[in-house]
Amino acid sequence: MKAGVVVFPGSNCDQDCFHVLRNVAKVETEYLWHRDATIPSDVGLVCLPGGFTYGDYLRVGAMAHVSPIVRAVKEFAARGGFVIGVCNGFQILTESGLLPGALMHNDCLKFLCKTVPLKVERHAAPWTDFEGEVLRVPIAHGQGNYYIDPDGLERLQDNGQILFRYSDPDGDVSKETNPNGSVDNIAGITNEKGNVLGMMPHPERCSESELGNTDGLRIWESVLGHCR
Amino acid sequence: MLRATVTVTLKNEVSDPQGHAVRDTLDNLHPGFAQRVRVGKILHIDLKESDREKARAELDKICREVLSNPVIEEYAFEIEEVTS
Repeated sequence: MKAGVVVFPGSNCDQDCFHVLRNVAKVETEYLWHRDATIPSDVGLVCLPGGFTYGDYLRVGAMAHVSPIVRAVKEFAARGGFVIGVCNGFQILTESGLLPGALMHNDCLKFLCKTVPLKVERHAAPWTDFEGEVLRVPIAHGQGNYYIDPDGLERLQDNGQILFRYSDPDGDVSKETNPNGSVDNIAGITNEKGNVLGMMPHPERCSESELGNTDGLRIWESVLGHCR
Repeated sequence: MLRATVTVTLKNEVSDPQGHAVRDTLDNLHPGFAQRVRVGKILHIDLKESDREKARAELDKICREVLSNPVIEEYAFEIEEVTS
């Protein structure tokens, strides 16, 4: 089984994700180009990395979601393949309809770049098959304000699709612990089937002890444990 | 030649931090002028298609596919004859 990291024009976390997958999580990893129309058959995990695809022109993720590789990612996800979208990757997943909702400008009007506590709402396969109530994971975004209408939010809650919420270090979730205005403090959600995860925080930036934090590695190892 | 003018705006119930920022600036410059500001986009598209009805149908599809995000945005467009 291999992992694939998609490279779009304007991706800037692709090399970090590639490095963590190949050199830290020790899984054979290859880059997938945005013009590729298929996902190789030996790829079990596809990562849509952070960045500013196509310059974020028109809307974040708007141009990326109609690129050939995203059509292939949709087919891959429909077959049950695991897909993670981080930051801009999450924005692409919502644009493509693989995940519900949309990501808007932060309500504080600032670009946020800091490490935040995340409450793990569910400990379940494939993404959060580990112990630990709260992770510390960096965010770096201007448009991470998750929006979904009230009916959509109810469906997310009923289906257990909310995986991560912005919290305090003890795991308490409140308006004060919401950095960007996201509905219900949402930081990461899955699709109904659970094989597609989108999250604004960057697990690839906290996956090595040299960086002082390995909380993100738990997510990579969890999903890799389920696709190997 | 036909030219399409597409307007994309946020749905009324969706909050608009950009609009808030512009309103705050207007409040500083011209206190008491603006109640609410919403920021949208206008796209001018010069068409290769010369059949207005065909263009209308295709543009409607394109607006839903990529020019707007139906989760948070609405769109409207006009198509007019222009001399280039």
